[in-house]
Amino acid sequence: MDIKYDRRSFIKTSTVGVAGAALPLTMVELAFAKPSDNFTFAYISDSHIQQIKGNQFVRNWDRGLIRAVAETNLLTPRPDFVIFGGDLAQMGSKPELDHGAELLSKLNGKVYHVMGEHDYYLDLGEYWSKLFGKHYYSFDHKGVHFVVLNSILTTDEWTFHRWPSNEQRMAEMAGLDNPNGSPFMVGDQQRDWLKKDLAKVKKDTPVVVFSHSPLQKIYKGWNFWTDDAEQVQALLAPFDKVTVFYGHVHQIQYNQIGNIAFTSAMATAWPWPYPQSYSQAQQLLPKLTVQMNRADPFFERDATGWQFIDVNSGRASATFNLYNNKVRTVAFDPQAGHPIDKTYQDPDRRIQPQTHY
Amino acid sequence: MKIASVIACAALALGVTGLARADEFSQEDLARWQEQFDGVVKEGRALFTDAKLGKNGVVCAQCHPNAANTHPETYPKFQKQLGKVTSLWEMVNWCIRNPLEGDQLAADDPKMTALLSYIAWERRGVKLEPGKH
Repeated sequence: MDIKYDRRSFIKTSTVGVAGAALPLTMVELAFAKPSDNFTFAYISDSHIQQIKGNQFVRNWDRGLIRAVAETNLLTPRPDFVIFGGDLAQMGSKPELDHGAELLSKLNGKVYHVMGEHDYYLDLGEYWSKLFGKHYYSFDHKGVHFVVLNSILTTDEWTFHRWPSNEQRMAEMAGLDNPNGSPFMVGDQQRDWLKKDLAKVKKDTPVVVFSHSPLQKIYKGWNFWTDDAEQVQALLAPFDKVTVFYGHVHQIQYNQIGNIAFTSAMATAWPWPYPQSYSQAQQLLPKLTVQMNRADPFFERDATGWQFIDVNSGRASATFNLYNNKVRTVAFDPQAGHPIDKTYQDPDRRIQPQTHY
Repeated sequence: MKIASVIACAALALGVTGLARADEFSQEDLARWQEQFDGVVKEGRALFTDAKLGKNGVVCAQCHPNAANTHPETYPKFQKQLGKVTSLWEMVNWCIRNPLEGDQLAADDPKMTALLSYIAWERRGVKLEPGKH
């Protein structure tokens, strides 16, 4: 197994060996002018724990989360914390959230949670809050200001007045391609909060934002979308260095809009097609994105994974641990002024499985 | 169909003129055939999101929104994982057996026809490329 990490070895190869080569996480390092200020965090997302009945859960999705947790615990140096990017549950039920929380409880260290639509639309996040706390919040860590948003809200009409039961509301939002769904949004109240929260932060402080949906518009039909994305971006515009991480899309995407670098996370449950592969609709997949290899359905963990993030100079480098595939690293390139894939960005370096149709 | 042709034969035997010949069809026929097809596509979409198609509640659309990434235009093709040239219905059954943990369908099961109709309809307009990988 040939794995190279451009900065340092994150996975204890002596203990993990071959298994380490097949980890599905996203890890991120933020690097600073003083290397001693650099740090990493791990990022696990979209586990979609799904109850069949009683204590039976869909084995495939369970295994994805169990593997990501086990592998995250093997990271060295230790990540400073772990982000869980939302959609822990499939239908937002207590048994699913409890089972997911139990699997996550094996993680060493602090875990910050992001709300996903599958966690929310059964009881509007009530039980999730009992387990994980506030729906949106901020914190500071080693000179970086972190913001966690609940970006999967939608209109009051859709949320409160359209559906005869909470179960139906959840089921309608759970179908990615369901035309009865509704576009995600951060909303006025939370944007007011964000404005106040950011008012206390110096403009040269690196800002890292986590949302479940992309805070950019890619494809509305599958809610790869946040309706008030531009308004949120405008609040982030005054800062020198902004990075937005999002889940929801179950695939590698990255982009740069003005001062904001965007990077998505893979799912631990299953991969999604790139929206361009739906031939009946227009989509706006960021041109920067070099696509993941097409998933091999015969390997149920293929094209799922997790990531670790290396934070350096307030910019992020995300390493995607893909099962049955080579590790990918997407890092902010200061010269280019946007994130690049460290191996495949040059069109001449692309490989056949990256062609989707 | 049978009744219609019996009536047509009877009409011809009686020397009635002005009836449709066998190779002719009307706007009404076209509308009816389209309606039949659309109905089966609709059944296919319902099955594609039906938690009862398999046995673990997982649905086709969970991994294949709008049936994307099923690329029906490339089948039949050599399926490397099976080591042979395969038709799309065999891959549909593979999905029913594995991610959906269910029982496979016969190739001519009306449910299979409905699933294949929906998949093809979502991919309409894309050129046929059998064998493509």
